[in-house]
Amino acid sequence: MSTEDTMHNNEHDHEHHGNFWTTYVFSTDHKIIAKQFLISGIIWALLGGALSVIFRLQLGFPDMDLTWLKPILGEWIDMQGKLDPEFYLALVTMHGTIMVFFVLTAGLSGTFSNFLIPLQIGARDMASGFMNMLSYWFFFVSGVIMFISLFLETGPASGGWVIYPPLSALPQAMSGSGLGMTMWLLAMALFIVSTLLGGINYITTIINLRTHGMTFTKLPLTIWAFFLTAIIGLLSFPVLLSAALLLIFDRSFGTSFYLSEIYIGGEALPNIGGSPILFQHLFWFLGHPEVYIVLLPSLGITSEIIATNSRKPIFGYRAMIGSMMGIAILSFVVWAHHMFVTGMNPFLGSIFTLLTLIIAIPSAVKVFNYLTTLWKGNLVFTPAMLFSIGLVSYFISGGLTGLFMGNSAIDIQMHDTYFIVAHFHLVMGSAAFFGMLAGVYHWFPKMFGRMMDAKLGYVHFWLTFIGVYLIFFPMHYIGMAGFPRRYYSWTNFDTFNGFTDLNMFVSVAAIVTFIAQFIFLFNFFYSMFKGRRATANPWKSTTLEWTTPINPGHGNWPGDIPKVYRWPYDLSKPVNEEYSKKLSEKEIQEMPDFIPQSVPFSKTPETNFQNENELIALEKEENKAIVVNEEK
Amino acid sequence: MFQVVIGIGILLIVLILFMLFRIGTLLDVVKGSGQKTVTKSNKVNALLFFVFLILGFGSIFVYSYVYFDDYNIPLASEHGADTDFLFWVTMVITGVVFFITHILLFVFPMKYSYNEKRKALFFPENHKLELIWTVVPAIVLSILIFSGLKVWGEITSKAPEDAEVIEVMGQQFAWTPRYPGADNKLGEFDYRLISVDNKMGVDFSDEGSYDDFIPREIHLPKGKPVLFKIRARDVIHSVFAPHFRVKMDAVPGMPTSFHFVPTKTTQEMRNETENPEFNYELACAEICGRGHFAMRMIIVVDTPEDYEKWKSEQMSLVAQNETLFGLVPDDKKELAIIKGKVEVKEEVVTESSEEEIIETEENLEEAQASL
Repeated sequence: MSTEDTMHNNEHDHEHHGNFWTTYVFSTDHKIIAKQFLISGIIWALLGGALSVIFRLQLGFPDMDLTWLKPILGEWIDMQGKLDPEFYLALVTMHGTIMVFFVLTAGLSGTFSNFLIPLQIGARDMASGFMNMLSYWFFFVSGVIMFISLFLETGPASGGWVIYPPLSALPQAMSGSGLGMTMWLLAMALFIVSTLLGGINYITTIINLRTHGMTFTKLPLTIWAFFLTAIIGLLSFPVLLSAALLLIFDRSFGTSFYLSEIYIGGEALPNIGGSPILFQHLFWFLGHPEVYIVLLPSLGITSEIIATNSRKPIFGYRAMIGSMMGIAILSFVVWAHHMFVTGMNPFLGSIFTLLTLIIAIPSAVKVFNYLTTLWKGNLVFTPAMLFSIGLVSYFISGGLTGLFMGNSAIDIQMHDTYFIVAHFHLVMGSAAFFGMLAGVYHWFPKMFGRMMDAKLGYVHFWLTFIGVYLIFFPMHYIGMAGFPRRYYSWTNFDTFNGFTDLNMFVSVAAIVTFIAQFIFLFNFFYSMFKGRRATANPWKSTTLEWTTPINPGHGNWPGDIPKVYRWPYDLSKPVNEEYSKKLSEKEIQEMPDFIPQSVPFSKTPETNFQNENELIALEKEENKAIVVNEEK
Repeated sequence: MFQVVIGIGILLIVLILFMLFRIGTLLDVVKGSGQKTVTKSNKVNALLFFVFLILGFGSIFVYSYVYFDDYNIPLASEHGADTDFLFWVTMVITGVVFFITHILLFVFPMKYSYNEKRKALFFPENHKLELIWTVVPAIVLSILIFSGLKVWGEITSKAPEDAEVIEVMGQQFAWTPRYPGADNKLGEFDYRLISVDNKMGVDFSDEGSYDDFIPREIHLPKGKPVLFKIRARDVIHSVFAPHFRVKMDAVPGMPTSFHFVPTKTTQEMRNETENPEFNYELACAEICGRGHFAMRMIIVVDTPEDYEKWKSEQMSLVAQNETLFGLVPDDKKELAIIKGKVEVKEEVVTESSEEEIIETEENLEEAQASL
């Protein structure tokens, strides 16, 4: 195999010999930056998860004495050992913010776009390593600010992760809208800068730095997903920045973009003429594409993993790209379905119902394509494959409930109840999370040169997969019963007085699922140093990253960058008619069931289709050097 | 002491787990299972998917059946019947898709788990199949969309002329309803007029306000259209009356509205639910601060006769509070006394406390004195 050759080539050709700081901290190498994003993401995920455990304790066991949390939460636990209702809201808000932005946007795109784009398209690094480094450090600073805000005396931002004004604009309305909100806005502004720097880089790299032969129709679906994600991010995040900026003006400089006719704290405010709805439009103009910014990379990752481990080409490669493009475009014109009952013009509601339900079509196509890829495959259940199948399951369950929420008439009752909580935690939260975990299990050997322990991976998967369903499936029932979200307790209402058992059950499931993540943590850090050494291509995959040395250095390939001849899904390609007569049964049996993208058609006459044979001539004409290189 | 024991216990369990893990990996190395494409685990995982499928579906069926009445809140409005119907139609359609896709998703792992002797089918695309599963969802979705839009259009259409108008204002952390009184006209309001006494900012120079009243709970007539005029005083709230399938945000600076027809009186619902303590409730559905979870108000649905009776018994704002009466311009005080029935005697007062009766009488005297 050609990969074996290149491995032994002068490995240190492109290695830069920097010190610890330039190699591991202020690195411009995309692989190190990816790992920085990944580890930051893991830390944030733990924190975000821990916050949810605390508020689940409140919801599941409202009478519990939480005094034991006093060392961490201090004054937020009162003398009776009860959680402060305002801090409950702060927990909910920070859980959402952290998970959506810091884990599933930065942790996911930041990790895998950075890691896989150069490796899978055949580039030495990102277009601008420096910008890439800046992207991480902006994210880091943003994280530091957000983290510090957790410890403010007045509490962190508490108005929900959507930070609707006037609640978020007026410190009189809740204490979290004071300094906590200021820091939230500052952190998000820096976060947006980070995302934009990253996004520009991903797009430029994919457009300009593809290796010879890597046309857009030969790109792995991961790259397509990252590409579209970056474009969505680049177009929508600036809108959030402007929304945040106007909010900053309203908060600090007395403008009235979002404020009008407010009487609060015993006085009538002078602000007139603003519209809180304006903020919601601006926010959801990012907020909805954000869902796909979170989800698309995961869908790309699973496409790759499911194809590889089914030993089958992904079904409908072009349809997959088409549906991702469809989703990307439609994601910009559905935002107001979050606002059906805000008093927005009902006619707008009709339009957005229509557009919203249209977006279900490309999503459905994707699901069917996944299923068909599994059909008659030869399925290998690596942990990554398990998580990918888990993702498809969540995507179906959560996606289908979207048809309720997207339909404005049904949404009247379901809006802001636990039904929506169940919906988005499955389709966006858990599905994206599973894509991320699948990606970690799958590309861990490439990242660290070692394998993660598969058995621990299985245990982690089953506990998490079942756990997540036990947490979120019951919430559908709770939501149908009308329970509103962001409630500290429901006992004030006769209507919402039931389901104490079910809420307790959900909380227990959440705690168990959270603890199960420590299996992953152990596996991750233990395997990094003590795991079994990886082989060059442990999953027998076709994409370019597996043609690099086991531990790729700076520049990724020691010699020339491999050229690409075929699409990334030549798995279990059948022997053509001509050769099935020539070769014996045994010979056919022993042929590898995958052909890497870097293998030219001239090397695989047995499996070439008619039109591919015609390409052989082109290969020689275009580049004779490559043939020489291969034979070396 | 107890905590130390727990701590040591957890530590021991973690250590035992770690030892088990080490033994497991060493065994794997001895057996060389790391070198194989698949191990026995492959079959186990495939089987587990199937087991999960059976148990998962089983629990969903059992729970959905046994607890049906718990998670379905009784319905008490006309348009709610339509949205509930849509909900269940969508539930059936998505339910079928949910079950079929999940059966495929979890049976395929069993059926096609790795076998060295077998080769996967090279099946990169099939335009016919793809066309089918693009067009079929599109058709089903358009049915859902158009039936949804029809209902949405009706719900959000203009309220009928004869609708009972009730203003509902959200504030941190309570609801305040205001009824237009006999003239069916709500007095104007301005947020700058809000004070401790005039908590809704009613403009008492407007004649429409003299018979307006603010009751302690919302009363609605059964079978008559009701229009909620919704506004907020400080931050965004959301009017949520779950039994009526009503939800609409209350936005400061931007009045909203929602109209509906209640179909069952509170008493009827008490009989239906066999709960003599049943009450319709109004909740807040948009995060609004510390007390978001406590914005409860009772809604009572009466028969139209009872409703009219109740209405006629309510005391107007100007009659209730002398400070508010003082806000009425002098040249309109006479009108306010007539419209606001300031001379009404105590037999009226059913809901108000003794204190207020006295207060009212004082008002009355004062009003008469000022004439």
